[in-house]
Amino acid sequence: MKIGQVSGLKLGKATRDAFGAALVELGEQFPEVVVVDGDVGNSTRTEKFAKKFPDRAFNVGIAESNMVSIAGGLAACGKTPVVASFACFLLCNAYDQIRMSVAFPRLNVKLVGSHAGISIGEDGPSQMGIEDVALACSFPGMTVMVPADAAATAKATEAMLRHQGPTYLRLGRAAVPEIYPNGCDFQIGKAIQLRDGSDATIIANGLMVAVALDAAKLLADQGIQVRVLDMHTVKPIDRDAIAKAARETGAIVVAEEHAPYGGLGSVVATTVTQTVPVPVELVNIGDRYAESGDPDGLLEKYGLSAEAIVRAVQNVRQT
Amino acid sequence: MSEAANELSIDQLKEKAKVLRRHIVRMTTEAGSGHPSSSLSAVEVVTALFFGGLMRHDPNNPTWPDRDRFILSKGHAVPVLYAALAEAGYFPVDDLMTLRKLGSPLEGHPNMTRLPGIEASTGSLGQGLSIGIGHALACRLDGRDARVFVMIGDGEMDEGQVWEAFAAAHKYQLGNLTAVIDQNGFQQTGATKDVLDLTPLENKIEAFGWHVQSVDGNDLEVVLEALRTARSITDRPTAIVCRTRKGAGTVLEEQGDVNFHGKPLPPDAAEKALSLLV
Repeated sequence: MKIGQVSGLKLGKATRDAFGAALVELGEQFPEVVVVDGDVGNSTRTEKFAKKFPDRAFNVGIAESNMVSIAGGLAACGKTPVVASFACFLLCNAYDQIRMSVAFPRLNVKLVGSHAGISIGEDGPSQMGIEDVALACSFPGMTVMVPADAAATAKATEAMLRHQGPTYLRLGRAAVPEIYPNGCDFQIGKAIQLRDGSDATIIANGLMVAVALDAAKLLADQGIQVRVLDMHTVKPIDRDAIAKAARETGAIVVAEEHAPYGGLGSVVATTVTQTVPVPVELVNIGDRYAESGDPDGLLEKYGLSAEAIVRAVQNVRQT
Repeated sequence: MSEAANELSIDQLKEKAKVLRRHIVRMTTEAGSGHPSSSLSAVEVVTALFFGGLMRHDPNNPTWPDRDRFILSKGHAVPVLYAALAEAGYFPVDDLMTLRKLGSPLEGHPNMTRLPGIEASTGSLGQGLSIGIGHALACRLDGRDARVFVMIGDGEMDEGQVWEAFAAAHKYQLGNLTAVIDQNGFQQTGATKDVLDLTPLENKIEAFGWHVQSVDGNDLEVVLEALRTARSITDRPTAIVCRTRKGAGTVLEEQGDVNFHGKPLPPDAAEKALSLLV
């Protein structure tokens, strides 16, 4: 089953494609933006920017540590460096450089991790960023965004460039369903309610928003009405939207394409305990690495299907 | 340009170097911790840059976009930088005695968000040259005639990122970038030649396409000349391998063992060291 099919969503572009297109469009408007690339520009889609603004793009080779620290130096001189690589290599390989050259000095560096999650498919676990959100959230002062579709990504890209301070934008490789065919009102730190219901709330981000909408449709067929929130910003988290959902729906399921510790599920669960404590169920890939395979098969096998969310909603309502 | 500094004679510069050494010994002894010996080896280079007219900077306008930059990649040697900044007028000399104390911006390692004149927050070794490349690229992009100096420790060169940076600076032919290697021969647990021997550094850096000089880094006149030569080279990045003595100019340099890295002098020894300096 293709994601988004149950809820009748049309397949759109991959978020990395939307990012690449948005970045090149915004290039004139934001003259201080420069790109620092670790020789994956054709994968992260920064190559479009590099072609249009060759003087403002630096491919420093397969050297993520150097890439991130160079960006720190550029930012210290007033540039707005966009550093894009695979989510796993950017966050895992250059973690200390993000810490010392970006986060600690609070520099205006825009980190972009593509190929996040297991939906990259055939390339396998070594290329799958499944720890990146947890790592990004761990830096004091870092803003962390996980847009759900192309329209949201275009807006997130602009919001990222307008924001002063370090940010992390998480992108996927595969084409994803259109959640916002009529445009997205993307504001950093503000969740978007896509569907209302009073029996439970599904909080999701990235590609799992489409899966959550599928689950909501399946649940509605059973007479269970759920609220669905697109929590595109993991940090700072929208405490008000979470507290409201807890108060008004009494149970929460969090769905993310990530490892279980330190991602959206952890952040939401913490927020729930600090605001309006209600039962919470987490849907994620589990405490394990995945494997090579086709993206839809992987999502199914590693617990990220609409059915998995339906079961989690049924469980959390009985808690 | 720091106007008054330009007029210093070589004797005055040598006196300034002694003043920096006094500050380093005093502030680390007062703090009861820190890395005086790693700071002392770098005194001549820092003196030449800040007071020898080799770096354009303005203590009254520390973020002046056209300034030359000094990035201390070996962040543990920050007492030498604090001493120079205070002497140059970035902040009062009395503040040096607040080193490493709660509430003081003179932290154990440089924190650029808290103190004017600090160009980069360092302390995790290996990142300063890359940060310097970022500055050099930004200056070039903006058409600014500014030079970036990065001081690296020889022990620090164990870090692979330093070599990534040598390669990238060559790719971009950064003629506005100078790396100064403070080759004092020691790192945390022993001599660099025993821990991880990277010598000869000169050949290796040269092989990356850099202009390389090799000098006695504790001879002020030699250092001044080497920095002048580096400034004159604008078609490629330049490195100066400064052979220095850890603890140079004090009793610390006679303690050629592993126990003197990251150790301040106790008060009585500090007094003795200071008296020998004068």
